[in-house]
Amino acid sequence: MMDGAKYDDGSTDFETGEQKIRNFNINFGPQHPAAHGVLRLVLELDGEIVERCDPHIGLLHRGTEKLMESRTYLQNLPYFDRLDYVGTMNQEHAWCLVIEKLTGTPVPRRASLIRVLYCEIGRILNHLLNVTTQAMDVGALTPPLWGFEEREKLMVFYERACGARLHAAYFRPGGVHQDLPPALIDDIEAWCDPFLKVLEDIDNLLTENRIFKQRNVDIGVVTEEDIQDWAFSGVMVRGSGLAWDLRRAQPYELYDEFDFQIPVGKNGDCYDRYLCRMAEMRESVEIMRQACKKLREPEGQGSIMHRGKISPPPRTEMKTSMEALIHHFKLYTEGFHVPEGEVYAAVEAPKGEFGVYLVADGTNKPYRAKLRAPGFPHLQAMDYICTGHQLADVSAILGSLDIVFGEVDR
Amino acid sequence: MSDASLQELADHLAEKQPDMLAGHSIAFGELTVEIAAADAPRVFEFLRADRTTRFSTLIDITAVDYPQREKRFDLVWHLLSMYRNHRIRVKAQVRADEIVPSITGIFPAADWYEREVFDMFGIFFSGHGDLRRILTDYGFRGHPLRKDFPTTGYTEVRYDEALKRVVYEPVKLTQEYRQFDFMSPWEGAEYVLPGDEKAEAQK
Repeated sequence: MMDGAKYDDGSTDFETGEQKIRNFNINFGPQHPAAHGVLRLVLELDGEIVERCDPHIGLLHRGTEKLMESRTYLQNLPYFDRLDYVGTMNQEHAWCLVIEKLTGTPVPRRASLIRVLYCEIGRILNHLLNVTTQAMDVGALTPPLWGFEEREKLMVFYERACGARLHAAYFRPGGVHQDLPPALIDDIEAWCDPFLKVLEDIDNLLTENRIFKQRNVDIGVVTEEDIQDWAFSGVMVRGSGLAWDLRRAQPYELYDEFDFQIPVGKNGDCYDRYLCRMAEMRESVEIMRQACKKLREPEGQGSIMHRGKISPPPRTEMKTSMEALIHHFKLYTEGFHVPEGEVYAAVEAPKGEFGVYLVADGTNKPYRAKLRAPGFPHLQAMDYICTGHQLADVSAILGSLDIVFGEVDR
Repeated sequence: MSDASLQELADHLAEKQPDMLAGHSIAFGELTVEIAAADAPRVFEFLRADRTTRFSTLIDITAVDYPQREKRFDLVWHLLSMYRNHRIRVKAQVRADEIVPSITGIFPAADWYEREVFDMFGIFFSGHGDLRRILTDYGFRGHPLRKDFPTTGYTEVRYDEALKRVVYEPVKLTQEYRQFDFMSPWEGAEYVLPGDEKAEAQK
């Protein structure tokens, strides 16, 4: 134990003949490739068994919540891209929802459909990254190369919609920033089928792979009780057999119109969470197809922004209307005012429940905004899950928890 | 969730725990319950165990700073029930020097959330066991999310080539921190606008 006892120098006790052995403390990270960013884990090892695991976080802390208090609601939106930088639009979504809830702004149907479409693209982006890099953590090199090719195509869809590959700032309170061109909708739909083929290839590479199974099956088992104790959400819940998904349980946007399954695991280990993510990607593709179809229907046409106080006027109107010009100027300097009140809005982000608790005081800036990141409680449970596992399992578990430090450290 | 079922839930709580609930409100489809901070463990014990409420997941713990108030902080807990599919917000007003009992015994997930609240606001929790700072730097001073803490902070770090290490220095701003006043002069301005002095005198 770490009680200041001498190093194990090979000497034996005279009476019992036992060697004195101390536990070993190691630093895992912050520069470790399997630490998924800047995580410092202080591990106490008894031989190869983890006795204690103390995550030191905050190395990527940028004070987002403090910064948000001195910026307008619209200026705060891009900060959400910088939280979980893998599934960016899903988080903007939470911010838009919380503002829309407080101001009572309806979202036009077309904007809602576009949001659903891009949220599912975000989910696939995230799961592709997670599944393949988790495989890399346990020794496979090919999956990330295959997965990242598809991610690249998806990011091109991001770029074609909003001009940015990662930091989109595309969802706006009251709708989305710009309409999708018809060609883009066609291309997204055309991407779906070949992607399922790629997914099948990754599936063939990993699912029955002996090494992958040895490293993941029965590792990091999470029970129903653990889920409640440690406030898990997302795949961490579904991997253990609970069909909990906010898209179904507390539907937001138009998710209740869509037909999709919620895949659940059985054993709650790393392998089941992997299977869940793979199945979820297939469901997301299914939702994307439906969204593309709905976007082409006559009901899916129309405005992509609720025109009112909190959103800018159309460009064409600004050319002729003085009021529209003043509105545009005031919106982008002063920003819009949000009525006093407090609300919490959550979305099913790819990693779990991402929520925003907003306290507004009636001015153009949030009085307090708390970002509830799913990765935070997941990482907190590292000590609980890792204790008793081998050192090599730490990276497998960390990968399967799906941690991105942008959102954990905020 | 409909307001009627939230009202039902609030009535149930008021009936079962009349001495603990200081009040409740329903707004935007969300139920907010107010308690005294000292009652926190008992309230959460009840909320988790009771068959009707069954709040199984601690979503979040946070605080809001109101420096002008005597009881400076609002401590806010968010709970979710995956079994009953409802949410609740629990609030308590806390003085700056008050020590709040920890709920880590009821929800182990409260551990990091309470550390974060301590780090960001300086609210102490009794019975926590490991109340270290979590998000800020090792050896950081102050509590950043308090309203009297400047957004720029007090210190900045850089790598010193001569000393061959990272050094901490007081913040030096090459230009003033940009805090524009964009509030509408017709609605928000609290100062006298240039050339508008007479208008005030006429009132």
